[in-house]
This record gives sequence, structure tokens and C-alpha cells, in this order.
Amino acid sequence: MAEILVEKKNKNIGYEPILEGIPDWPVYQLSKNRKEFLEEVTQKSIDQIRLLRPSRKQLIDELEATAFREQNRLKRNRWRVDPKDEPRFWSRIKNELVELSSKTAENGAKKEEDLLHEIVQRYANEIAGSFKPSSYKFAREVIKFWFGRLLNGARVKKFGAYFRNQYTLRDKIHIVGKVKMLRALAKQGTVVMVPTHFSNLDSILIGWVIHSLGLPAFLYGAGLNLFNIKIFAYFMNSLGAYKVDRRKKNLPYLETLRMYSNLAIQKGAHSLFFPGGTRSRSGLIEKQLKLGLLSTAVEAQRNLYRENATGEPRKIFVIPVTLNYHFVLEAPELIEDYLQVKGQDRYFAEQDSYGSFQLIKFMFKFFTKGSSISVSIGPGLDVMGNYVDDNGNSLDANGQRLNPREYFMTNGQVTIDKQRENEYTRMLSAKVVSEYHRINRVFASHLVAFVAFEMLQRKFPKLDLFGFLRLPEEDLEIPYEEFKTTFKKIRKEIYHLKEKGKVYHATHLKGQTDIVIRRGLDNVGIFHLKRPLLKNKKGNIVTQDLNVLYYYHNRLVGYDLEKLI
Amino acid sequence: MTLRSSSDKPVGVIGAGNFGSVIANILARNRKVLLYARDEAVIKRILDKRENRGHKMSKNVLPTGDMEYLANQCDVIFPIVPSAHFRDMMRKLSPYLHPYHILIHGTKGFDIKLPKGETIETVKTLNRQQVKTMSEVIREESVVVRVGCLAGPNLAKELSQRQPGATVVASHFQEVIQTGKRLLRNDRFQVYENHDLVGVEIAGVLKNIIAIASGALSGLGYGENAKGLLISRGAVEMVYLGRVLGGDTRTFLGVAGIGDLVTTCNSPMSRNFTVGYRLAKGEKLKNILKDMEEVAEGVNTIRIAKKFSDYYKVRPLITDTLYKVLFEGMTVQDALDYLMRYPLNVDINLLSTT
Repeated sequence: MAEILVEKKNKNIGYEPILEGIPDWPVYQLSKNRKEFLEEVTQKSIDQIRLLRPSRKQLIDELEATAFREQNRLKRNRWRVDPKDEPRFWSRIKNELVELSSKTAENGAKKEEDLLHEIVQRYANEIAGSFKPSSYKFAREVIKFWFGRLLNGARVKKFGAYFRNQYTLRDKIHIVGKVKMLRALAKQGTVVMVPTHFSNLDSILIGWVIHSLGLPAFLYGAGLNLFNIKIFAYFMNSLGAYKVDRRKKNLPYLETLRMYSNLAIQKGAHSLFFPGGTRSRSGLIEKQLKLGLLSTAVEAQRNLYRENATGEPRKIFVIPVTLNYHFVLEAPELIEDYLQVKGQDRYFAEQDSYGSFQLIKFMFKFFTKGSSISVSIGPGLDVMGNYVDDNGNSLDANGQRLNPREYFMTNGQVTIDKQRENEYTRMLSAKVVSEYHRINRVFASHLVAFVAFEMLQRKFPKLDLFGFLRLPEEDLEIPYEEFKTTFKKIRKEIYHLKEKGKVYHATHLKGQTDIVIRRGLDNVGIFHLKRPLLKNKKGNIVTQDLNVLYYYHNRLVGYDLEKLI
Repeated sequence: MTLRSSSDKPVGVIGAGNFGSVIANILARNRKVLLYARDEAVIKRILDKRENRGHKMSKNVLPTGDMEYLANQCDVIFPIVPSAHFRDMMRKLSPYLHPYHILIHGTKGFDIKLPKGETIETVKTLNRQQVKTMSEVIREESVVVRVGCLAGPNLAKELSQRQPGATVVASHFQEVIQTGKRLLRNDRFQVYENHDLVGVEIAGVLKNIIAIASGALSGLGYGENAKGLLISRGAVEMVYLGRVLGGDTRTFLGVAGIGDLVTTCNSPMSRNFTVGYRLAKGEKLKNILKDMEEVAEGVNTIRIAKKFSDYYKVRPLITDTLYKVLFEGMTVQDALDYLMRYPLNVDINLLSTT
């Protein structure tokens, strides 16, 4: 059995909740007034859609397209979580639309508006989460209790260990970075947390992190696919999750989703979404973010400024977070996906991927076996991507205070300019991406994977990536001494980058090179059937799965380290 | 849209050089203009004689030496100062700027950041972190995000004579483009839009290289065949260099690309053209530069483009050869012979590879 990283008991004892009782939580307030809130979401979404599709014909066309797509989805890609009455609903809508298109405007008498209302309302209800304090508390305790047990049972190999509290989640999950600032900002404004997304586990993990930092539950957008699994659905619902269905790309749905997030943020509900949209298939840190939900933060802030022409309204803070693992269970399937899309005909899939029951197995493996996780909390940003200080003041590059309201002003007034805000969202997204890279914590396992893959690829300069990945793994070997030299060089560069504030690294990266390399080798993709990196009998570095090695290697792409190999 | 209460706010222009003065005059047809000049004598001359650099200045143009006043009075500012001073100017202006300001610059040149102890002569290569366009300088040095630029075939002298002409206003923001249009457009001056801000800036800078070459051809006494060859090959070279720097190929085919290139290459009035012309006549670069009232941006651009392409391992033939002429003592005639004998003769295939 491989040596697992020695984990020290974590020193921090935990954080006091920043708000006394659950009734004070914005998330709870929202779900208490669920009906009114959804009515508002529906109404404002409709207004927005009417603005985008002003004429009757445009609206009917849009609704027809929506109905068509929805029926298509039902035929092609139906999920367990989808409500039973969906086919009936959409076929009725379709029929009514057909009837409607034969009528003139007077005859049809605003029928299309009713249909729009019906559709949007349905979507709003579907998206909305319902936060119940009792099940939140229950879920929280269950997670704490069982994970704690499993952890101890796995760590201390005695039966009795299941009932001990020697290790807790806190020992396993290291939270580093601007925790104090996050807590301070959550008290005075609305926090929008945007973590990187590598694994399905992220949702649960981040939920736990938020709780353990003493923050009230966040409203968060979770992929509807996760709700397919009953047990997940239970936890998600009780943790305040709202549902994001990536199959639905129609305008009414997207506008409703954005409005839901927008209004929730305006009402002060701390929110969380994965701006990468989906798990990183390649193992790369997200370079491109989905701008849809991110733009709701910008819009919400602008609206708050508009509605409070004189005073200072609630401020919205964007907090980037990176999650670091030694091991991502889905890695083989993810990278397979990625290579298929990327390589098209140059890449041949070798195996079928398996079903979603993986998730539960994954959780189990994850929490019962070693391999620590770190969560880096980034500094607070305003919606323009400016850093803020502990009091929430936006600062320019020279540390001077500035007023973000002025970004939204034309001729002395706060104005609405969609195109401008799209551009702002893009700027914010670029800033978040650069923060991801900056607060990323390099693990020994990332580094060995990076160095090994680059060194191997260097040996076949004539092959493109896909040609290289098709090489039989048996032919690939790096002499240990050679590996060590390069490893040292790259590690030095990481130190260097850290000094310049461009990346962080885990403390376990320091120390004697041989030990650090062993740590890396032992932990990289530790529970995969085929290990991405091993030492062979001669003590040289070999791989059993080049694709997965590529995946873990990608974590360190984007720092220009390749140039040094 | 055009008539707002604050539309009586003046527009700012920073830099009372040749182009700055012309732009101030064009703006003054629609609005009051505050024109910043560093030099007290210039301010006084404009106030007293209504004249600057040979241009008759509109009565709507009010010269000032006070940046703070200008920034407080104007929401929209056009900085038009030589690239070598641009960053310094921005640093001085920055404390008075707010996020509501709109800046549309009219400077064609690069800003370079050199490692400590190096000069532009000694530094071996330059990468994209060290070479910045003016809009990037504005973003780095101030809180202003609504940034745009002016580019295109804008020969100051023709513009001041009210000959027909056009400019491109480029920005990521529609708001900036519309503002620029509203302020600049008149019956003799057409304004085109472009969203590829960096591409437009780069095209405006790189064309100065080709302008020097064009002057050199002219100085050697060659005619239109040679010029046609130069302009078309020069355009290709601009595209290649421009792509490395982050511009969009299409931009180089537009008014700010080909349009500006053809104009500059055919204009014996332009400074860059003059540099090439006099070099071909056998004069030394040092002496030529000494005679010039304003900077010929092209000379610096060649130096930067050469070191930049060395870093990214692209081979811009015309630029490289001009570099040898300007800084390594090659004669213009030798340079031309070298180019004519160069064995690469694939015409163009860049459009298919975008």
C-alpha cells in the first residue's frame, strides 16, 4: 500500500457563526417568502423576455422554438428528476401555439402572453430551491457524523475507531487564504462565491466549507443532473441549492434562471456557482468562464445602485475559490471526454464510460481513504474585479479607494447598458481566472505529474499530442536521476513564482527532494485502477495511464513552466 | 440620445501636437474643447493668436495647463501624446480620473517596459508582457475601463483643410464608439466602428514600418510597381506580426489597416516616409532625427517589432531588413537587393489559416 501523506491535526478550532440563528439567514428569508419571491422572478423575467422579443411574432416564434426544443429533449434525453407531467405540458403548449398562429392579434387576444407566463412560472418553480432549517440542520449533522466516522474508521485501522473522533473533516480539508476577509465581507455585503470545478464532490465539499467557516448557508446553483440521485437531491435541497439544467438552452429558461440569481443576490442572499459551468474536463484550471450567471452579479449590483441613487446600497463581493485534490475520481472519464471532443478523428476512445452510480462509490472511497484536499479562499473582489479591503471598499491598482457606482454612470447617472455590462462581465471573468491561478496551491502530486508528462512528451518531438497519447505506456520510462534534476528545477521556479505572488504551494512541497517526489508519486491519482505514475523495479519513473497523467499534468499548465523542461 | 443636459460639458484633448490640434478643431465643431498643453508658450500662443503648429485654432478650443481642471470638467478625454511620453502623462492624469471617464486615444506607438539596467538598444528580446498598446497603458495606469482609440488614414494637414477623410473608433464598448462618433463626425469626416481595439492599435503602429520602407523606395527613385509590391507584402507582414500581438486578421483589411497603410505609404508629408526617403539619399539616421520637430514613431517601432519577433520566433522580412538599415549600417540599396533576392515567394495564404 502506498504511503499516504501524513496529516497533522489541524490547528484551527473552527469559527463562530457570523449570524446568530437560522431565521436571520438571507437564504431562509427567501424561502420563507418563496411564493412572493417566485412571483417577482416570474414577472421580471417576463418583462425581460418581452424586452428582448418585443413583437407578437417574435414572441410566438420564440415560444415555438422553446416548445420544439423541450419536446426534443424529452424524446432524446430524459432524466429521472424530470417531472412526470412534462410531456403533457409541452404538447399542450405546442397545440395552443399552433392554434394561436392561425389567429390574428385581436382574435388571439394576448394568449401568447399567458403561455409565456405559464412557461416562465413553471421554470421558476423548477429552478427554485427550498431551504428548510430543519432538514438543513439534519443534513449537516449527518454529513458531519458519518464522514467523521468513515474517516476515523479508515485512518485508524481498528473496528472501534468508527466511534472515535480522533480525526475530523477539518483535518482532512485544509482551508487556507482569506478566511477572515470572507467572514468580514459576508457580514457587510452579499458574497458571490465562485469556485473552480473539478469533481462532483465539489458541491458537497464547498457546502461543508461554508458551514465550517461560520457562514450562513449559501444559495447555490447545482447541476440538475445531481438531483437524479436521490440522496444527493436530499442534501442539495436542504443545503439551499437551486437547480440549473444545462440541457435547456431556450431563452425563457435562461432569462428566468438569470433573473432568479439576480434577484436573490439583490435581496442579499449569499450565492455560489461554478462559473466554469461544468467540471473541468481536461484538468486545466478554468480559462473560460460561463458568463451567464456571473453577469447576474454585475446586473444585481447595477440595479442596487440604480435603486439607491443617493445612499450606499449593499455591495456585492465576488470571492474566487480553488479546490485542490491529489485525486479526482472521475479523472479517467473526464479526460476521455475531453480528448474525444478535442481530438475528433485523431483520437480513438478505448473504453465506454460507466454510469452515474460512480458518485456514491466515489464519495465513499473519497472519505474513507487518504488524500487530503485544500480549499484556497481568494481575496474579495467587487463586481468589476477590483480588490476590496476588509471593510469592503474597492481599491484601484495603487490602493486608492474608488466608487464602483461610477462604472455604471453616463453623464452623471446610473444607466443600463447591456453591451457595457457584458464587457464588464468578461473583465470580471478574466480577473477571476487570473485569481484562480494565483491562489492555486501546488501539490507534490501535481508537480510530479507535470514534470513527468512534459519530460515524456519532450522525447517525441515529432508526435502531436494525440499521436503521443497513443504510444504504448510500456515504452515510456524516465530515469530517476534525470527526473529528479528536472523536478528540482521546476520546484525552484514554483518557489520563485510564489515569491512573485503568482501561485501558492502546499507546505508538503518543501523539504528533501526524494521525499517530496515520493509523496507526489504516492498520491497522484491514488485510487485509480491504473496509476498515472509509479516507480518501477529499477527505480525509474513509469506510467500506467498516459491520459490520466495528462489530466493531472494539466493542473499546472498556464504558468509557463514548460519552457524550463 | 444626443441632447442631454450634460452634453454642454466640454471634451478634453491632451497633447497640443499636430494631430492633437487637428482633433481639437474637429471636436470643436460640435462641442467646447479643453486642450491641455504642457508648454506655457503654446497655451499663450493659442489664446493670443488662435494658432498652433500651423493650424488656425477654433474659438471653441480653450487651452489649459491644468490636468486636474480638465479631468474634472470633461467626461470624455482624447489623449494624443507621443507614445514615449504616454505612460508618464497617464501617471500624471490618473489621480484625477474616475471610472465614469471615457478615454479615446489617438497615439500610434508601443509602450515598452524594460528590465532594470537595460535600454531599448541593449535588450535582446521583448515579449508581450513588455510591449503594451496605449489602451493597455491606460488600463494599467488608471481606473478608466471605457477606453477606445482613433486610427485610420488621418493625415493632419488634409484633415485641417477639410478634405474628405475617415477615422476608425475602436473600443470593446459600444458606448465609447457611439460617443466618439457623435463627437467627431461631420459632413467631411466619416467615422467607422471596430470592436477589435488591440488590432486597430497595432495596425496603426505597424504601418509606420512599411511607411519608412516606402519612403526609402521613393528615395531610390523607384516607381509604382515597387510600391505596389511593398504595400501588399507589407500588409501581409503586418497581419503576421499583428496576430502574434493579439489582433484580428480582418482588422488589417479595414480602414485602420490597409486604408491607413496605403495613405501613409503614399504620403511624402509623413515623418516616417521622410525618414526612409532621406536614408535612401544616403543621410545618417542621427542627422535625420535631429531635424524633426516631432517623433517619427516608425523608427522606434522597427526596433520593438524586431525584438518582439525574435522572442516569438516569427520572421518579418521587411522589418528585419529595415532594422539592419537603421541600426546596423546596411545601405538602402543593399537592403533592397537582399529583399529582391530572397527565395520566399508564396504570395498569400493567411486568410485560409485563421
